[in-house]
Amino acid sequence: MGSLPVRTARVERALKARRTATNHAVTGLAIASTVVVLAPLVAILGYLIFKGASSLNWAFFTHVPAPVGEGGGGMANSIVGSGVILGLASLLGIPVGIGAGVYLAEYGRGRMIGNIVRFTADVLNGVPSIVMGVAVYALVVSRQQHFSALAGGIALAIMMVPTIARTTEEMLATVPHSIREAAFGLGIAKWRTIVSISLRTASPGIITGCMLAFARVAGETAPLLFTAFGNQFWSFNVNQPIAALPLQIYVYALSPYDEWHRLAWAGALVLIALIMVSVTLVRVFAARGMLKGGN
Amino acid sequence: MDELKQETQSTAEPANGAGPIAMRQMQVAAPVAAAAKTGGEMPPSVVRTFLQGKSSGRWADGAFSGVMLLCAMSIFFIVALIVFVLVMNSNESIHAFGWHFFVGRVWNPVSGRFGALPFIWGTLVSSLLALAMAVPLALCVSIFLLEICPLPLRAPISFLTELLAAIPSVVYGLWGVFVLVPLMRDHVGPVLERVLGWTGSFAEPNFGVGLFTASVILAVMIFPVISSISRDVMRAVPVNQREAALALGATRWEMIRIGVLRNARIGIVGSVILGLGRALGETMAVTMVIGNHAAIAKNLFAPGYTLASVIANEFTEATGDLYLSALIEIGLALFLVTIVVNAIARLLVWAVTRGNTARHA
Repeated sequence: MGSLPVRTARVERALKARRTATNHAVTGLAIASTVVVLAPLVAILGYLIFKGASSLNWAFFTHVPAPVGEGGGGMANSIVGSGVILGLASLLGIPVGIGAGVYLAEYGRGRMIGNIVRFTADVLNGVPSIVMGVAVYALVVSRQQHFSALAGGIALAIMMVPTIARTTEEMLATVPHSIREAAFGLGIAKWRTIVSISLRTASPGIITGCMLAFARVAGETAPLLFTAFGNQFWSFNVNQPIAALPLQIYVYALSPYDEWHRLAWAGALVLIALIMVSVTLVRVFAARGMLKGGN
Repeated sequence: MDELKQETQSTAEPANGAGPIAMRQMQVAAPVAAAAKTGGEMPPSVVRTFLQGKSSGRWADGAFSGVMLLCAMSIFFIVALIVFVLVMNSNESIHAFGWHFFVGRVWNPVSGRFGALPFIWGTLVSSLLALAMAVPLALCVSIFLLEICPLPLRAPISFLTELLAAIPSVVYGLWGVFVLVPLMRDHVGPVLERVLGWTGSFAEPNFGVGLFTASVILAVMIFPVISSISRDVMRAVPVNQREAALALGATRWEMIRIGVLRNARIGIVGSVILGLGRALGETMAVTMVIGNHAAIAKNLFAPGYTLASVIANEFTEATGDLYLSALIEIGLALFLVTIVVNAIARLLVWAVTRGNTARHA
């Protein structure tokens, strides 16, 4: 009986030491894994800048691809082509996405149909991009009997819609109800309230959402493989195959020529710079509230 | 009446777009509605005339809500259209092979025999291996960022981990081909073979391209998905759960285990499944480093093939209708599988985040 408290104290001390040790071990593990995870990021970006910057030159932005062995050449047509495809995708995808988001936030809140649409959008968001490519091929390309920039734009637009719909909905949900009620109280029609008050108040967030969706599809290659297809020459015709930066990087990366590998690195650097610059710019502006519509 | 008028004015103020953000209080509706009903003369206001202009008429409201409904329905329409188009175009292959398509081991376009089992194997092995690598790391990073990391470092580190998600797939592939593949071939591969060679899963020859390299790239690519969603889920755990654990004398790790991980476990599983969905359909980076060889091998260094990469590689070269429809059937299978996986994951994540917001509100 007399020895029991002593033992308990010793056991307690040992237990305490073990618990503290576990705590420190887990803390160390968490810090270590954060470092491990950031390593590939640093490795990729570092290598990209190192390899890409040394291959970038003026010709890259002004010339079309040169034949093998000829040296020089650039990706001017791919940059423009990417712009055309992304422009088409934004034109088709952004209005529909915002519309769907407005419906979810302003009409479908708490209703069965709203929940189903929301769920479908989330699920559609996770569908692999290559499947979009196959579907648009079957839908557009095989009907038209030729690849086209329009088909590429449609594939990317389909990918933009669910993302934009969900962010628009979330942003509209942050608009206080009292503002809408004030508008209704003034006898303003519901649609006018949504357009001039809800959407306008939420516009910085919605613009950010659109830019993020844009950045996400800007680097997509898989849906363009058999829709836009790629092109070695200038093309501005939306009904014809068109070059795109990610496609050109893919083709050049798997080619056996050193010259083309260098161009692939340069292309990747330009692509990633475009994406990162747009995302960070939008973040900065949105944070400062500079994107509020109008005044 | 005067009071009501004042009320209307003050609530109308934010409609101007001046400073609506700070307003949080609800239920101002009653007095405002009353003011509108009694039709008391409101002072002429530029804002109101502007907003009311061109807006009266019920048809405008109806048309607007109709258009918005149409936009929302387009999401259903897209899903239905994709299913319809894929089924129609893979008809030939579905009829020719039936269910044997998914258990056939031979993929030979020349003799017209198409079995998708090697691709299913490659997809499953590479995705599961990627999960095995990414999940522990992602959970550790989430815990670090939420519970351990000093506040000033929190935002920059989470921004950096999200940058990983912003890198396009093709750039990962490019990096994989020129950096990761040689690294795997010359440095990591031999070590793994010496340590784990006895399992038979890490055997020579090791060309650098293969299932294992693809899994490593996949792990890096799905990490941001798992990390950000599991962080959302952990953040949704009420603070008093943490405080209760600490008050009972728990160490920080015990608090995380009892207070956070146990409460968030369903949502964490959801985030992992979401990562799986991403891994199953990832195309470009995998295609560039997996070796593209339709075979079922136990050796992880052996080249493989996935559902997504066979489509990417062979679609434009497919000759003959049966070949093309077999590839489209693979696309259909991939679509259905990812739909199911994502649906399960979303339900699990919602189960956690929804329940909590409801309890808090």
